[in-house]
Amino acid sequence: MADIAAHRASPSPFRAWLSRVGQGRHLLGLLFLLPAAVFLLFFLTYPLGLGVWLGFTDTRIGREGVFIGLENYESLMGDSVFWLAVFNTLLYTIGASILKFALGLWLALLLNQNLPFKSFFRAIVLLPWVVPTVLSAIAFWWIFDAQFSVISWALIKLGLIDHNINFLGDTTNARASVIAANVWRGIPFVAISLLAGLQTIPQSLHEAATLDGATGWQRFRYITLPMLSPIIAVVMTFSVLFTFTDFQLIYVLTRGGPLNATHLMATLSFQRAIPGGQLGEGAAIAVAMIPFLLSAILFSYFGLQRRKWQQGGGD
Amino acid sequence: MTDHSQAKSGVSTVGLTDNSTGMSYLDNAPRRFLTVILPLLVFVFVLLFPFYWMAITAIKPNHQLTDYAHYSPLWVVGPTLDHIKYLLFETTYPHWLWNTLYVSFCATFISLVTSVFAAYAIERLRFHGSRWVGLGIFLAYLVPPSILFIPLALMVFKIGIYDTKLALILTYPTFLVPFSTWLLMGYFRSIPYELEECALVDGASRWQILTKILLPLSVPGLISAGIFSFTLSWNEFIYALTFIQSSENKTVPVGVLTELVRSDVYEWGSLMAGALIGSLPVVILYSFFVDYYVSSMTGAVKE
Repeated sequence: MADIAAHRASPSPFRAWLSRVGQGRHLLGLLFLLPAAVFLLFFLTYPLGLGVWLGFTDTRIGREGVFIGLENYESLMGDSVFWLAVFNTLLYTIGASILKFALGLWLALLLNQNLPFKSFFRAIVLLPWVVPTVLSAIAFWWIFDAQFSVISWALIKLGLIDHNINFLGDTTNARASVIAANVWRGIPFVAISLLAGLQTIPQSLHEAATLDGATGWQRFRYITLPMLSPIIAVVMTFSVLFTFTDFQLIYVLTRGGPLNATHLMATLSFQRAIPGGQLGEGAAIAVAMIPFLLSAILFSYFGLQRRKWQQGGGD
Repeated sequence: MTDHSQAKSGVSTVGLTDNSTGMSYLDNAPRRFLTVILPLLVFVFVLLFPFYWMAITAIKPNHQLTDYAHYSPLWVVGPTLDHIKYLLFETTYPHWLWNTLYVSFCATFISLVTSVFAAYAIERLRFHGSRWVGLGIFLAYLVPPSILFIPLALMVFKIGIYDTKLALILTYPTFLVPFSTWLLMGYFRSIPYELEECALVDGASRWQILTKILLPLSVPGLISAGIFSFTLSWNEFIYALTFIQSSENKTVPVGVLTELVRSDVYEWGSLMAGALIGSLPVVILYSFFVDYYVSSMTGAVKE
């Protein structure tokens, strides 16, 4: 602490000013917050507002738009592709989230056992989540190839099917395939987060319940699940939000095809706005995602559990 | 500092209260194999197979890639480095690698510096309305890039930074700053306030407290936020796809997808080599900092 005192003794005017500002923590707090606040206001809040505004205009690439009221939304109302994309997005989100939750919880329970090489398993299980989505999606694109799919090859060798599966060319198969690829990438996040929650549950609770004659299922149902539910709520909220707004995986694997069967709202918005040039309409589709996202957030906030993480923690 | 980092990562390594080994000794070996080991091996196989497939395709000679009748697709006879050589010497791939590295590094640096100040202000200075700012930061983290990319594209164009690396360096912090601030807030919260009070009593300024007490103590938190931000930037796709036009400014994910896929002929060998090499930097980074990575991931959802 001696050198701190020495620093303070030096009478440079800058130091004096600094220490004056340092006394008022409100002023200093605003000063410290300034860089982040300016950044987020300019590159996050403003674009968010601009996006909502664009949704009410007929802006195109290279042409300023004029305010046209709800026209974009009216035309989307009668647009069957838009409604198909809404349906696909909901199907994709719900299907993938349920699978991610079930398989992720299972994997977390497995990893929570006493195993040799436990940390090694934990480390490699997280790999799908670490590598760039686009690059792993390209690998899936090759795995789902219509003629040379290794899955088809393996199933034919095993004698389960007799011709190649058309993974991405058939509407049902394409939907299942993109959900499978999304689940593959999402399982590690759910599993590792839930594992961290599982490790905070004291073993003694399980031992006591076993002595009282509880079965494995009862211990899971009445000890593990209730103690894990807060973290499940948070993890699944994140998972749902990220799945709902997914773009990369679809863009790589199908670009929305076949017959728009895998178009999500995000990919449709991109397609209309950037290659299509209709910035206004694209923005309207993006804005149409907001009510869904808000309801998911509010559901987890009010419906599941009021917790510190939602308010900046602390007290 | 050491027992602090233990306390942070302790959550992910050992149980909180008791050290008993659990009741696994009650299970007999065959049952344990069926219910634990076998499912786990299946999980590991499914989760890792795409990487194996990527790697094996990247070194397969072209004639073996589609000839399943004579060669097993799961193995390679006479591996070749042609695809990798093609990628490194005949395409702009090295450029993309450099771009991704440069953009990720700059965006991470900017985000970390602003986040440290913001997190300190919110968590420790507790000025008027800091709680609301904290909530705002959390909500900012939930705003997805797929809503922002259209207005941002318009802004990027108007500012005149369209098709430059600067466009990415300036837009990536929109998702990095909220995340890092949130993570560091949690980290600062776990450092005893008494340390700061002592320093205040001894006459230290807030700046001195931040640089000489808080930051040295939060090195593990800074590493967590740093490598996580770096990985997120490396993986970013939609902004890079929208804001970048010319081949020499593209990042790896965009470049591989838009430049290596040409017309109808998919050159799976070089595609997979591109995916593999593009993944390696983050995987290497990850393998060195697994614990920090896990703690930042779980730290973001815990608290």
